[in-house]
Amino acid sequence: MDKKTTMKAAADIRKLCIEELAAAGYGHIGGSMSICDILAVLYTDILDIDPKNPKKPDRDYLVLSKGHCGPALYATLAYKGYFDKEQLKTLNQGGTSLPSHCDRLKTTGIDISTGSLGQGLSLGTGVAMGKKIQGIPGRVFVIVGDGELQEGQNWEAVQFIAHKGLSNIVIIVDNNRRQLDGYTKDICQTFDYKAKFESFGLHTFVADGHNVTDIYDKLTTAIKTGPAAVIMNTEKGHGCKFSEIPGFNHYMVISKEMADEAIAEVDRRLEASYGQID
Amino acid sequence: MGRLTDNIKLDTTEMRAAYCEALIDEAKKNKNIVVVDADVSHSVGTEPFYREFPERSINCGIMEAHAIGMSAGMSETGLVPFFHAFGVFATRRAFDQIFLSCAYQKLNVKIIGADPGVTAATNGGTHMPFEDIGLMRLVPGAVIIEPADVTMYKSAVSYMANNYGVHYLRTSRRKTMRIYEDGAEFVIGKANKLADGKDVCIIASGIMVYEALKAADILSEKGISARVLDMHTIKPLDTEAVQAAAKECGAIVTAENHNVTGGLGSAVCEALSEGTPVPAERVGVKESFGEVGTQDFLQKRFGLTADGIVAAALKCISRK
Repeated sequence: MDKKTTMKAAADIRKLCIEELAAAGYGHIGGSMSICDILAVLYTDILDIDPKNPKKPDRDYLVLSKGHCGPALYATLAYKGYFDKEQLKTLNQGGTSLPSHCDRLKTTGIDISTGSLGQGLSLGTGVAMGKKIQGIPGRVFVIVGDGELQEGQNWEAVQFIAHKGLSNIVIIVDNNRRQLDGYTKDICQTFDYKAKFESFGLHTFVADGHNVTDIYDKLTTAIKTGPAAVIMNTEKGHGCKFSEIPGFNHYMVISKEMADEAIAEVDRRLEASYGQID
Repeated sequence: MGRLTDNIKLDTTEMRAAYCEALIDEAKKNKNIVVVDADVSHSVGTEPFYREFPERSINCGIMEAHAIGMSAGMSETGLVPFFHAFGVFATRRAFDQIFLSCAYQKLNVKIIGADPGVTAATNGGTHMPFEDIGLMRLVPGAVIIEPADVTMYKSAVSYMANNYGVHYLRTSRRKTMRIYEDGAEFVIGKANKLADGKDVCIIASGIMVYEALKAADILSEKGISARVLDMHTIKPLDTEAVQAAAKECGAIVTAENHNVTGGLGSAVCEALSEGTPVPAERVGVKESFGEVGTQDFLQKRFGLTADGIVAAALKCISRK
């Protein structure tokens, strides 16, 4: 990977996502911002995909189980050329192809519909099993939220993945430590996710979810090791000041002025980061 | 159309054996068919499939929600999963997974719910689905099939294997009354007329088809001519057959091994009210949970008998 290129991709995705949410006037900013760097690495450096042939059977699949963060994935897909960036401005409008939660039947490039938390990992596991049984190349990456891991179905899936030794699927945890109602530690005790996944028999790695090099290194290692999970430590709302607040940021009203300021902030931070690399 | 066997009696073949044989036949023609179980392969009778196609057989263990979701994901890659569990767990426990992981995203999953209604017998109330049809009727696009005997499996499984979508089949797994002659074929979505009549039409599914035939005999002795329809497909309902029965018989009795709310009786009454409103009576379970007992005991307990159908028919005719 080229670190600068991927960092630029992450910033571009973040800016597109902010514009998209601002066009709607509101939306799931917190969880969308926390996964922008992860999506940038996946779509720039990892996934075997072809935006011109989005349904090719031997592609890698991306399942965004935390489906309410669809806006971040739509921004990524637009960035990759799956559809025109102008389309992002139709988010959540009646008849749009970009609904708040991911819908495989409406959006080019969305592999699996999600939104009822806890179901994406089983769906991704099924895709991985289907590929394995039929000898179809390609891997499956499933992004789940740390709050989402409160849903028991996830752990059914993890047991299954471990038991079957499914090596063509990687679980990515967006560990932003917050859920709709607040901090996960206050709502239902947080766990040592690394120890928990390992106790199920998965190879488990921990990455800084806002460091593209670390994300890339841990994902590429996880792919090689067999049944694996990568805990991405992230910040909910990461990337712009208005969403990096300790209060409620799961879902926010976003004005044009807030968006303009945030986009300038993303650019400033990117420039500053380049300086640190140099 | 399926024709009545000359001598209706308890079959020598178990329903689960006939089901698995039909599934293996389809799987020999279609390499994409896979079996998914949730720790009841022994009970639902899929073990022969495991021996024939071990690489296409997946026992998830006791995790119905995951198994349904995983089946949906497998179907995205072109496989045709047949998922099996007791009816209560296949539908009620995993309803959101059926709704969103399967149907909402238009994936291709076949769901087999064993032990419908009183056929759960001594497993009792926790295992006795009187609501599975009602739940599945609310799933847009879902097809619901309830075979009356072993001969119907060939048509039902062939339909499920060769038609895309979410299909639910509810079935007893044990020996049941043999209604049809060997080789009988059925059209999914088309009711099978087992007896013609002009005074009342009994519309039944599953184990209630046999009770409906017995009821027709009893009514005949009373000088009442009863039509009997085997409504093996509850969704999509054969509304043409329902409207024809309403016009030609003027009174309808439904008979189902299910709650009268949400099931066959509801579906038929909805069709009648929107088409040809005539008096109707619903024989089925009314506002009750299941309980333990033999199937015979429970059929009497909940009124799922020929006598119950006869009483309903007489009442219905009196309302004409």
